[in-house]
Amino acid sequence: MSKLSKDEVAHIAKLSRLKLSDEEISRFSDQLSDVLEYVGQLGEVETDNVEPLNNVTGLSNIYVEDKIEPSKISAADIGKNAPEFKDGFFVVPGVFE
Amino acid sequence: MLYELTIKSASEKLASGEISSVELTESILERIKAVDSKVGAYITVCEKEALGMARASDERRKSGKILSEIDGIPIAVKDLYLTKGIRTTAASKILDDFIPPYESTVTAHLWAAGAVLIGKTNLDQFAMGSSTETSAYNTATEYDSTTRNPWDLERIPGGSSGGSAAAVAADLCIAAVGTDTGGSIRQPASLCSITGLKPTYGRVSRYGIMAMASSLDQAGPMTKTVEDAAILLKYMSGHDKHDSTSSKREVPEYSSGLGTRDLQLKVGVPKEFFGAGLDPEVDKIIREAIDKYREMGAEIVDVSLPLIKYALAVYYILMPVEVSSNLARYDGIRYGYSVLKHQTPRNNNQTLDEVYSISRAEGFGAEAKRRIMLGSYVSSAGYADAYYKKALKVRTLIKNEFDRIFEKVDLLIAPVAPSPAFKFGEKTADPLSMYLSDVLTVPINPAGLPAMSLPAGFTKENLPVGLQLIGPMWGEQTILNTGHAFQQVTNHHLQKPKIK
Repeated sequence: MSKLSKDEVAHIAKLSRLKLSDEEISRFSDQLSDVLEYVGQLGEVETDNVEPLNNVTGLSNIYVEDKIEPSKISAADIGKNAPEFKDGFFVVPGVFE
Repeated sequence: MLYELTIKSASEKLASGEISSVELTESILERIKAVDSKVGAYITVCEKEALGMARASDERRKSGKILSEIDGIPIAVKDLYLTKGIRTTAASKILDDFIPPYESTVTAHLWAAGAVLIGKTNLDQFAMGSSTETSAYNTATEYDSTTRNPWDLERIPGGSSGGSAAAVAADLCIAAVGTDTGGSIRQPASLCSITGLKPTYGRVSRYGIMAMASSLDQAGPMTKTVEDAAILLKYMSGHDKHDSTSSKREVPEYSSGLGTRDLQLKVGVPKEFFGAGLDPEVDKIIREAIDKYREMGAEIVDVSLPLIKYALAVYYILMPVEVSSNLARYDGIRYGYSVLKHQTPRNNNQTLDEVYSISRAEGFGAEAKRRIMLGSYVSSAGYADAYYKKALKVRTLIKNEFDRIFEKVDLLIAPVAPSPAFKFGEKTADPLSMYLSDVLTVPINPAGLPAMSLPAGFTKENLPVGLQLIGPMWGEQTILNTGHAFQQVTNHHLQKPKIK
């Protein structure tokens, strides 16, 4: 595994919606490369006919009845933590010109 | 002193009328005032709420309407559990002023049983770390640092549930609750000489606990004795319709299942947990504990789990992928730190995308950013098969290996951490070295197994060393029985730190 380039780190930061400083990009490029090199050892393990294990419960697709119930959490309480909450809506900067 | 009591002993004194919940709660609040500026276990001490809940408990007791054996018992809660109306930070600046509009299921269960919320404890930011050093809060005000180990204030308490472990060890609560994704209950329990149990995945509801890695996270008790862990686990456990991975299995009366009879069981000693890198003093203390179990009648057998050496690599792929997904919700729009609210002067020309990426960059600490980035990378197009899917397959093999071992033995016994508590700053510059300190606790979580840390002894420098008991799925009762038996014949768990 070759070292992650600064461009690659900048791309991952963009995917992660994190605006990083040049100093952070440089530091993360070293640190993430170390971790990737470490986890690369999994390549030694033979896994050709092995199924992936997403979780240990054996559960999949838990269905619940499609019944609408009033929430115990009030909209006003939820809105209290938002930078701006108006008439039951979160206010955000416009996304269209 | 009252603050030294366990759940069991406090509950008996409350029942006999010897003490009231208010007296017990006040004793702990005074203890917090006396030593928490040095230990720094708490982000928030809930003095007003605690006294109100204690008074209500005393009223119930007077009118003979006691709710449970934990009615009136002060409990500390890791600041990762949502507590309605009480600031909950995950030890991150991004949630510095977050007031949850609802209560986590586990804490709701505790309050419904009459327990008293004493405060919210410090942790590694979003439970990411092994030393509580990634917390954004310098709770030990006398040192202007994060939580310190009550056994040696120059050392870290472990993490991520470091505040809960330090609070129990320093008698700043009667018991605490933590969470464990890769060792976050067991490792600090070991380093602070308390008992900490990570239950089977699905035993305890995750609803209302901030998610780190949803397929690995599990909440559990952190207590002064195994007996207390058994009591507290019962109230924490059970199915919750808000968490579909919580199990519908019946919750046993764990504490009534405890006994001191001879241990008629087969205990495996996995050689991979005793490999290079294990501190010689830790090795010696764990071997002595194994001898103790042999004396008590347990059959001790050497076993091998050859794939265990890959567990940490599996973990450092799966966990960051789940982190990067779970932490996407912190977007500066609905709650938490936001440039829309906190930036001065406010730049009105920022696009929505910039609001996301600047709020997140300013709000998250370095470790959270590292794990989000790592997770984004190993699950991104072109790398997901090589890393993420590969790790999920190796997870299957590790799980199968544990299943096969538990056909032969009832429990596994191992160290919890490769070394005793290390000093502040020792591992912060090199994240990989910090990750490696979890090598003996991490393998349990991808397999979903229950495991407990309990005090096993002290090094020459008087630093605590914990013993890890690992069970098969739903093996909590066996773990608790076996741990309790150890505490009947040893007194490590009764030792108290002298906080200077």
